[in-house]
Amino acid sequence: MPPVPTDSVDAAGGSVSVNAPASSRRRRAVGWSQRLRSAGPIAGLVLLCIAGTLLNPDFATWDNAMNVLTRTAFIGIIAVGMSFVIISGGIDLSVGSMAALIAGSVILVMNWVAPHVGSPLVAVLLGMVVALVLGAAFGLAHGLLITRGRIEPFIVTLGTLGIFRAYLTYFANGGAITLDNALADVYGPVYYGSVLGIPIPIGVFGAMALAGGFLLNRTRYGRYVQAIGSNEHVARYAAVAVDRIKILTYMLLGGCVAVATLLYVPRLGSASPTTGLLWELEAIAAVIVGGTALKGGEGRILGTVVGAILLSVISNILNLTSIISVYLNAAVQGFVIIIVAFLQRGRR
Amino acid sequence: MSLHVRFDAISKNFGPVQVLHGVSFELQPGRLVGLLGENGAGKSTLVKILAGYERMTGGSLAVDGIVRQFAGSRDAEEAGIVLIHQEFNLAEDLTVAQNIFLGRELQRGWMLDDAAMRSAAREALQLVGLEIDPDTRARDLIVAEKQLVEIAKALSRKARLLVMDEPTATLTPTETERLFGVIGQLRSQGVTIVYISHKLDEVERISDDIVVMRDGRFVMRGPTQQFTRHQMANLMVGRELSDMFPPKQPPIDAAPLLTVANLSVPGWARGVTFDLRAGEILGFAGLVGAGRTELFEGLLGLRPRSGGEVRLGGERVVFRNPKDAARRGLTYLSEDRKGCGLHMRLSLEDNLTLMDLDRHARPWLDGRSQRAALIRAIEDFGIRTRDLDGRAGELSGGNQQKLAMAKVLQPRPRVVVLDEPTRGVDVGAKRDIYFLIQRLAAQGLGAIVVSSELMELIGLCHRVVVMRAGAVQAILAADQLTEEELIAHATGTH
Repeated sequence: MPPVPTDSVDAAGGSVSVNAPASSRRRRAVGWSQRLRSAGPIAGLVLLCIAGTLLNPDFATWDNAMNVLTRTAFIGIIAVGMSFVIISGGIDLSVGSMAALIAGSVILVMNWVAPHVGSPLVAVLLGMVVALVLGAAFGLAHGLLITRGRIEPFIVTLGTLGIFRAYLTYFANGGAITLDNALADVYGPVYYGSVLGIPIPIGVFGAMALAGGFLLNRTRYGRYVQAIGSNEHVARYAAVAVDRIKILTYMLLGGCVAVATLLYVPRLGSASPTTGLLWELEAIAAVIVGGTALKGGEGRILGTVVGAILLSVISNILNLTSIISVYLNAAVQGFVIIIVAFLQRGRR
Repeated sequence: MSLHVRFDAISKNFGPVQVLHGVSFELQPGRLVGLLGENGAGKSTLVKILAGYERMTGGSLAVDGIVRQFAGSRDAEEAGIVLIHQEFNLAEDLTVAQNIFLGRELQRGWMLDDAAMRSAAREALQLVGLEIDPDTRARDLIVAEKQLVEIAKALSRKARLLVMDEPTATLTPTETERLFGVIGQLRSQGVTIVYISHKLDEVERISDDIVVMRDGRFVMRGPTQQFTRHQMANLMVGRELSDMFPPKQPPIDAAPLLTVANLSVPGWARGVTFDLRAGEILGFAGLVGAGRTELFEGLLGLRPRSGGEVRLGGERVVFRNPKDAARRGLTYLSEDRKGCGLHMRLSLEDNLTLMDLDRHARPWLDGRSQRAALIRAIEDFGIRTRDLDGRAGELSGGNQQKLAMAKVLQPRPRVVVLDEPTRGVDVGAKRDIYFLIQRLAAQGLGAIVVSSELMELIGLCHRVVVMRAGAVQAILAADQLTEEELIAHATGTH
C-alpha cells in the first residue's frame, strides 16, 4: 500500500514507464564501462602473454605457466586477504614481516616438537596449526589496536612491520633458522608436490581465491566489508558491527599470510631476515592493479588474482627475454601500477 | 550596482538525461526572486549555470545585456555573481579568515598579508552580524555560523547578484531571522538576489517575485503578493495539494512502548525523561544545539552517556551500539543523509537491505530476494527511480530520503527515530513522508520525529517534547501545539 493512495503510485509508475528507453540505454552504458573496467586487467594479462609468447617460445609452455603461477601463489594468497582489508578502507603494511616471523616461528616449533612426539608428520601438522594461530593472533592485535585503540591502520602496521621482522632477526640471531632434514622431507611436498598435475600452491591459491570471492560477494560479512569501506559512518548508523567486522578482516588477512607462509617454508626450508621482504608492497600492488580502489568500498577478488599474476608474468618475461634488463623488473612493475592508476583515475 | 540577468532558452543535458528544457526568464535588477520547484525541477542546475559551475548545453545567458558563457565560478564571481551552495564549501581545517579569502588571498609582496585579511574578514563578519574570531577554524563553527560565513565570503567578493540555495535548511528560527535581516540589508543596497527554498512561508515573506519551475521547465513568474502559499505549492507540484498532513489518529495503546528516564549525554543533554506509546508520533523541537540529535545518538550508544534508564516494551535495555538497538527493535534515521544515512556509491538494493541482511542471507546472500525487497519498497514508499540498478547518489533528494526511511524500517522496528525526515525535500515528497509516518504509526509503530520545522511538528505529532540547552523544557499536548508556544519554550522566553 503506497503512502498516498493514488498520486504517488501514478507518478512513480509514470516515471518508470516514460523513461524506460532512456533507462535501458543508460544501463547498457553502465554495464559496458563496468565490464571494460573489470576486463582491463584481464586484457592486459592476455596482451602480455601474447607478447611473451612472441618474444620467447619457452614462455607458452605448461612448465613455465606452472612455474609462474606457483611463484604467484604466495603473494596472490596474501593479496586475497589484503583485498578485504583495502576494500574495508584499511591497509596492512606488515604482511611481509609477519610472513617472516611466522616462517621462523613455525620452523622453531617444528624442530623443537619433532624429537618429543617422534613423528615428523605430527610435528609438521602442529607447526601448521601454530602458523594459523599466530596469523590470526597478529591480525587480532592489529584489529584491536585499530578499532578499540583508534590508531590509523597505516601507523599500527608500520609499527608491526618493524616489530615482526626484528623479532625474527632476534630469534635467528641475525642468520637463518633452518628446518631439520627429516622434517623437510615430510614437509617438502607441500611446495614441490602436485595433485592431478597441478602444483599444490596453485591449488591452494585457486581455492582461497574462490572462497574469497564468495565471501566478499555472497555473504553478509562481505557486504558489510564493502559498506564500511564505502562510508564507515553510514555503516555504523545502519547497525553494522563495524569494529567486529574490521577486526575479522585483519584476522582473515593474518590467516592468509599464515597459509602463504606455510606454502613458502618448504621451498627453502629456512627463514632469514630477508624472508618476505617487500611482500607487502607486492600484495598491495596486486590489489590495486586488480582494480580495487585504495580508499576502499569497491573491489573484486578476481581482479586481485589477475593483478597478482600480471605482475609476476612481467618479471617472468623479463627473465626469459633480454629486451629489458632483469634489473629493471621493479621499474616495469612500478610503471604498470602507475599506468593502471592513471586509467582508473576517473572512478570515484 | 544592480545586475540584470536574462536566461534565454537554456537547456542542459547530463549524458542522455535532459534536466533543463529551454528555460527563459529574466532577473530584474535589485529584486529578490524566490525560485520555487520540487527536487529535480532543475533549480540548482540553472543557478549553477548562472554562477559558472556548470555549462549550458543550449540557449544563452545575458548579464546586463551582454551574452556571457562563464568558464568557471571565478569568471562569474568577477562579473559579481556569487552562489552560496546548499552544501557548504568551507575548508574545515582553515580559519574563517582563510576561508573567506580562499583563492584570492591578499598579499604584500610575495607574502600573505594575514593582518589585512583578518581585518577585512572581521568587517565582512560584522555585516552578517556574526561575532566570532576570524581565526576560528571552520570545523569549530556550528552549522548556522558556517552559513553566515558563506554569506560573508560572498559579500567580501562584492556580489552584485547573490544566489542562495536552501540557506535556511539547517537554521533555527532565530538564526533565520538574523539571515533575513542580512538579506534585507543587501537588498536595500541594490543586490539582486535569487532565493531557493522549500519553505514557502519564507519565500512568501521575503521575496518580491516568484519564479516556479517544474520538471526542468519554466512554469510561471509573478509578484509574490498575488499568490497564496497554497497556490505556490500547487504550481510546484502541478496538482492540487488539498492538505499536507494526514488526519491525526489516536495512539493505539495506553501503555508506554518506550520510556526514557533521566538520560544524560555529557556535554549535550541532561536528565531527559519522556515516554512514547505504540502508534504515537512524538515530536522533538528545539534550536540547533539544543542537544536533540546528540540525545538520540547517546541513546543508541553512538556517544557516551551517563545515567538514565531506558525501557523498551517494559524491558530494561542498554544499547551499546546501533546494532544492539536494532536487534531490540529501535532504529534511527540520521539527519545527515550523505554522511550517516546512505551509501551514495552503493546500489539501491545494497542500501535498502543493509540493516536487514539476515533476512536475505540463507545463508548466502540472495540477489532475487533483495531485488524483491527493493521493488516492494519502491511501491510502499513511493520512491521514484529511473533505474533499479542505479546508485543511491543518483536519486533526487526526496527519493534518497524515502530510500533512507525504507532502509531503517526494513528490520521492522517497534520504535523508529526520524531525525529531520524531510530536510531538503520538496513539497510532494514531504507529503508522502507525512502520510507514510502516519500509516506506520497506525499500524502500531512508535515514531519519534526530530524536526526544526515547526509546521511539521504541529501538523504531524501527537505530542511534542521541546528541548532547550540539553534539557526538556516542556512536553506539549496536541491542543497546545502552536508556533508561538513552541518558539517560546525552545528559546526559553515562555
